[in-house]
Amino acid sequence: MTRFSLGKYLLPTYVFLTFLFLMIPIGYTFVYSFNDSIKSNIIWRGFTLDNWLNVCDQAGVCGAFGNSLLVAITATAVSTVLGTMIAIALVRYRFKFRSATNLLLFLPLATPEVVMGAGLAAQFLDFGWTKGLTTVIIAHVMFTLSFVVVTVKARVATLDPALEEAGRDLYASPIQVFWKITFPLLLPGILSAAMLAFALSFDDFIITQFNSGSVDTFPKFVYTAAARGIPPEANVVGSFVFIVAIAIVIAVQVRSAMKKRKLLSK
Amino acid sequence: MAFVAFGSQAPAKEQGPSKTSRVALFLLLPGLFYLALFFITPLVSLIITSLKAPSATGDIGRYDLGLEFGNYVYAVTQYAPQIFRSFSFAVLATVIALAISYPIAYFIAVKSRNRPLLKGILLTLVVAPFFISFLLRTFAWKQIFSNDSLVVNVLKDIGIFGADSYIIGTNFAVVFGLVYNFIPFMTLPIYANLDRLDLSLVEAGSDLYASPSKTFRKITLPLSLPGVISGTLLTFIPISGDYVVASRDFLGGPDTAMIGNVVEANFLRIQDYPTASAISVMLMATIVVLVSAYVRRSGTDDLL
Repeated sequence: MTRFSLGKYLLPTYVFLTFLFLMIPIGYTFVYSFNDSIKSNIIWRGFTLDNWLNVCDQAGVCGAFGNSLLVAITATAVSTVLGTMIAIALVRYRFKFRSATNLLLFLPLATPEVVMGAGLAAQFLDFGWTKGLTTVIIAHVMFTLSFVVVTVKARVATLDPALEEAGRDLYASPIQVFWKITFPLLLPGILSAAMLAFALSFDDFIITQFNSGSVDTFPKFVYTAAARGIPPEANVVGSFVFIVAIAIVIAVQVRSAMKKRKLLSK
Repeated sequence: MAFVAFGSQAPAKEQGPSKTSRVALFLLLPGLFYLALFFITPLVSLIITSLKAPSATGDIGRYDLGLEFGNYVYAVTQYAPQIFRSFSFAVLATVIALAISYPIAYFIAVKSRNRPLLKGILLTLVVAPFFISFLLRTFAWKQIFSNDSLVVNVLKDIGIFGADSYIIGTNFAVVFGLVYNFIPFMTLPIYANLDRLDLSLVEAGSDLYASPSKTFRKITLPLSLPGVISGTLLTFIPISGDYVVASRDFLGGPDTAMIGNVVEANFLRIQDYPTASAISVMLMATIVVLVSAYVRRSGTDDLL
């Protein structure tokens, strides 16, 4: 009897404690974004909203944040288009060199970032390209592409080809079939792939550091600042991004839960 | 235009090969060409750079093409401790992360299967750390464990720690940080696998009077092995190349440098590109060996 109840509560307790552990640094970062710090943000000196209200007063934070947004948006757009095309081809078409293609798409997922970063940087040196925003975007499209393929591919695989066939039977042109049937059905997969690519690009540090030259992105700003102590304004940006991302995730989940309930009640 | 052709195609199995390949090529080529140009040729650049010799003019950061295999010998002899440390840290952190993550994945996938709300909340919490920069999270641990922090002072007060003990800069701190950062990477693939676990198989085990632990060892665990393997790769590979956690500005100290720290210092600080490249090439070669062992086991279709 004791053993049974122990087993019943042991796992949930463990899971609860581990999640608490996972949340500690997030809570810490959030709390210290309100710290009334003077030089370093290590000792708690009192509550203030100043860091939130005047984020951009800290030199470099907002510029780095803007660069990160620009890089992430551009890289996401390019890699989502390229990756979706590849995903459709992988599921729907037969072609030669399939295993070579699979391998080429898998390798970037299996390569340590420092190797990809150093390799690209070596190539840019050989080409004589100056490192800057463009080289960062090139690098980010490269390492997010395979993640897009994996995510969209899962969605394409669940698509019933009969739906497209029905469209063709009703004399829809190939363009109409794609935009009216295939694309809307793939959209949830494409959107989650884009969100993943955005998150990966926005948070990337290692590949960025090797290929950005003097350009700062937000993670790079944090890394450089860490030597002196990270200013509370960086905590503000981090907490802000966190809140926005969590809000999006919750909205998506509530929406899909409501859809499911609707389907069930019908 | 690719999509025009796509719309007119019947499912793969019914198509003649020649017609199919042209559309497939149109869809595949831009992306694959991109990867060839910005993923494969950089690896070649890395190999070429790793064999370069110092420039005849003697300028810092300038190197001439060459076949200096000695660069590899130099890298290995010079940085043997860091290379060894990287792999020990990566193995240790991966094993600990697996032990921590498996029960979580099991709880979300199996125990919460019929409670969509709980499952949604737990999954959101697993990925939540991804939404805040891992540099900020790692730095938060540095402050939590810093020398005058509450944690260290309490450990000193209750006598576990001596007066001049510390956490930051030790091997423990680095492995701790690595485990923390990679728990989600381990949890998600195992969860994805266990989520598809057919519970009737587990029931069959208990119907045949197998104890819960035996059912777990003989049924659940072997079936979840693919998830465990992907989680292990997704954790081990990034850890082996990480240099943020072990950096002195974060959780590391003078004696915790890993391969990534060596590559960063050689490439970006002292501009010794050949040595940095030689180490990167060796790291990549090790990973390729690991991955090909995996591919031989499961084939390339399961890779993606």
